Amino acid sequence: MSDWPLLSLTTFLPLVGVAFILFIRGEPTIVAQNARAVALWTALATFALSLMIWANFDPAQGGYQLVEQAAWLEPLGIRYEMGVDGISLWLVLLSTLLTVVVIVGSWFSVTERVKEYMITFLIMDTLMVGTFCALDIVLFYIFFEGILIPMYLIIGIWGGPRRIYSAFKFFLYTLAGSVLFLVAIIVMAREAGTTSIPELTRHDFPVAMQTWLWLALFASFAVKVPMWPFHTWLPDAHVEAPTAGSVLLAGVLLKLGGYGFLRFSLPMLPEASAYFAPMVFALSIVAIVYTSLVALVQTDMKKLIAYSSVAHMGIVTIGCFTANPLGLTGALVQMLSHGLVSAALFMVVGVVYDRIHSREIAAYGGLAERMPVYATLFMLFMLASVGLPGTSGFVGEILVIIGIFNITPESAAIPAQGSWVALFAATGMILGAGYMLWLYRRVIFGALEKTRLAAIEDLRLNEVVAFAPLVLLVLLMGVYPSLFTDPMAASIDRVLAEIGAAGPGRLALQLH
Amino acid sequence: MPTSPLPDLALAPLLPEIVLLAAALVLLVVGALRERAQAAGIVAPLAVLALLVAAAIAGVLDRTPQTLLGGHFRFDAMAAFLKVVVLVGAAACILLGGAYEEDERIDRFELPLLALLAGLGMSLMVSAESLLGLYMALELQSLPLYVMAAFHRDQLRSTEAGLKYFVLGALASGMLLYGCSLIYGFTGTLSFAALAQGFGPTSPGGLPTGAVVGLVFVIAGLAFKLAAVPFHMWTPDVYEGAPTSVTAFLAAAPKVAAVGLTLRLLMGPMADWAGQWQQVVALVALASMVLGSLAGLVQTNIKRLMAYSGIANVGFALVGVAAGTREGMEAALVYMVIYLATTLGAFGCILAMRRQGTYVERIDELAGLSSRRPLLAAALAIFMFSLAGIPPLAGFFGKYFVFLAAVKAGLVWLAVAGLLASVVAAYYYLRIVKLAYFDPPAEPFDVPAAPGLRLVTGLAAVAVVGFVVLPGPLFEAAGGAAASLGPPAVAAVR
Repeated sequence: MSDWPLLSLTTFLPLVGVAFILFIRGEPTIVAQNARAVALWTALATFALSLMIWANFDPAQGGYQLVEQAAWLEPLGIRYEMGVDGISLWLVLLSTLLTVVVIVGSWFSVTERVKEYMITFLIMDTLMVGTFCALDIVLFYIFFEGILIPMYLIIGIWGGPRRIYSAFKFFLYTLAGSVLFLVAIIVMAREAGTTSIPELTRHDFPVAMQTWLWLALFASFAVKVPMWPFHTWLPDAHVEAPTAGSVLLAGVLLKLGGYGFLRFSLPMLPEASAYFAPMVFALSIVAIVYTSLVALVQTDMKKLIAYSSVAHMGIVTIGCFTANPLGLTGALVQMLSHGLVSAALFMVVGVVYDRIHSREIAAYGGLAERMPVYATLFMLFMLASVGLPGTSGFVGEILVIIGIFNITPESAAIPAQGSWVALFAATGMILGAGYMLWLYRRVIFGALEKTRLAAIEDLRLNEVVAFAPLVLLVLLMGVYPSLFTDPMAASIDRVLAEIGAAGPGRLALQLH
Repeated sequence: MPTSPLPDLALAPLLPEIVLLAAALVLLVVGALRERAQAAGIVAPLAVLALLVAAAIAGVLDRTPQTLLGGHFRFDAMAAFLKVVVLVGAAACILLGGAYEEDERIDRFELPLLALLAGLGMSLMVSAESLLGLYMALELQSLPLYVMAAFHRDQLRSTEAGLKYFVLGALASGMLLYGCSLIYGFTGTLSFAALAQGFGPTSPGGLPTGAVVGLVFVIAGLAFKLAAVPFHMWTPDVYEGAPTSVTAFLAAAPKVAAVGLTLRLLMGPMADWAGQWQQVVALVALASMVLGSLAGLVQTNIKRLMAYSGIANVGFALVGVAAGTREGMEAALVYMVIYLATTLGAFGCILAMRRQGTYVERIDELAGLSSRRPLLAAALAIFMFSLAGIPPLAGFFGKYFVFLAAVKAGLVWLAVAGLLASVVAAYYYLRIVKLAYFDPPAEPFDVPAAPGLRLVTGLAAVAVVGFVVLPGPLFEAAGGAAASLGPPAVAAVR
């Protein structure tokens, strides 16, 4: 089994499903039904294949595994190169799982242009998995940037009332950041004479050049994460996207930024990363505190969760730049946890939106009376988002906080005052508890007074099925985190070695 | 080197041109003898056939460099590559336009015939090896285009477009000719080979100042043909006024040929003088990218939009030329081939959009295309995303390669500026996708599109999407073409 090109199969299998869906003809209702079925089976098969990747993955090795290479664009020196390590493995699984979840979750709620809908989500699946598996920087960029096309269509076609404004903002914002990344890729390819990620990582870029390259990469990843003040596209895009679109945006696309920092910025440009780390910390702290405060005053449920995403991703960026094992592990766990929890929370909002067609918090209240199962699930994910021990959210946050405290000017690759950063990061968590609990109280508790809610129905079967894996994983990651962190460990050590191997040139750039 | 008084009697490398010329003459007679109503139906397919046969011949000919016709032309890998591209492009344009011309009642046999003659001109352009050859080929290509632009002679805006194109084109030809005469006056030769030999970096005097001034005039004339800023003013009006099938023709193959001609001049005899022209070309490229991207934002007519899109695209191709390296040449060639496929496809979509018998030109009228004509809308979206340079579509690879060459040549600022311009341009491409996909459907479109149109548009869409799977062959072909344009050997003309 291990000699099969598992990664390519996982990446491109969804396109086979797309081809099938394209040829479905006949009555509109039959077409929709068949398109859903084909999409679901394809997504399930892709998920099964990604589980095979996990089964074949050797946690003891820190390097890239299941590597595939093929000639592709020889005149430009670009090869088709795929591989996974402990960092990308979980993100691949997250992508394939969430694709299944959104297809199940939108089984009944999407009735318009079902065929196109399923096609775009399967294409998304291919592009997301490809992004995480690509071992060539140009190949990475192709997948990374290609995601814009289906996401633009998802927001624009199936989105809410201001969908067009949001789709344009999402596309152009991200594209503007990404073209600078493209310039950086070209400069790096010219400097190192290769576009292979492992080889680029081994190359020592001159310190002066690193600064510019780092900023160009930052322009792209900071928009994706998103970091304050580059986050303004996110509330719009999240709010207007259909539920499934928000789930993938929050669940997977935001992780591309954090993944980019871990895969490119830190190991390839370690001196510049050390130089800019205080700035990243500062921006992340602002993001955590400011967006938490903004979340507190939101009247729109989706917007509230969107702002909470910015705050949670702030924890991720801090974790990435602590450049110590705990911080990096925490950042990765936080990414996975946020991928599951925020995805689930957007689905939670989507459930009531499908029934009442309002996202206003004020339109709800007392749902616990009519929707007990829903209220229970909502509580679980709300508490996970707050970081209650026993859920996945706790593990990521505590690891990052400890990681921050471990930063000392003498010991770490990154110079900064750890305790201050930790203090502010922890403030964000308290605020997080505030806005989430308050949201929950206003929506779920109290008396069921609104007449529109009198006949609201509890979760349907397909919704329960869609939530089930997320519930299981959030709890599993909370009580048994080493299942997830063990395969990461060797790869994180490798990344740290790559950062630490920067040499004495780093000292000249330190701020103190 | 042949020393006989009748040099270069080898006719084999001229076979594509011979086929085209013979076909044009025969078809002229055929068209004249047939009844008006039937003539176009016979001439058009035969013209397509002649162009494809000529392209096939150019593709299989021996690519060892040879000078032809007294040293004024040259056949090499670059000429072969570009001939195949422009002739296939021209043939595709004739196929695209058939149904439109029928609907607009301009389906006269002269139109495909003129296209055939323009094809002959383009085929010679990409072979030019002297200033005289350059000028003659360019005029042979331009004159049929002027007539084609005015072909809808009962319509004011078409005749206006033709006249505008002709007057401004004549001005550009004047500048080009003036530049040629200056170069000739100061160097005493017309031949590219002799220019390269006598005025290379090892020559005592270097390039005379007068010749440098002449070179600037020649570049200006070529910039007009390319529709590059600041010689772009004619483009939007002519694109809008000319019959749409002719606009497609103007936008596609002639631009590829003009880029080929520019490369032949600048990277042939002037390769050693890159320092003299590099800044001019870089600035023209920058201005074209910026203006094409910004001005496109406010257009309401899709043909005008395509005009500004074309201006921006030529700017991107010129970035490769400005690099002044072999890699830059390759990049410009690859870019133009991808541009050709995308433009043909985009115009195919425009030519397929008809509502109650009239062709849709206002961008707003595309609203809701996807629910009425899903395949057409999908094709249009593919071409627009490709023009915006979004991977994994072909347009991305063109841009990547061009900017790679620019960065390698030290023009990082040009790459950054160009990529930012492409973000601006992305807005108007996205707007078309938005109208087609996000907006509620307006009145229905007429359903059937002609088979020729469907074939060309479909093939272009497959090429643009599938390029990512198999990009190697195009890059290799362009690489071979660029390699053949080294410093040429001395020819007989003095």
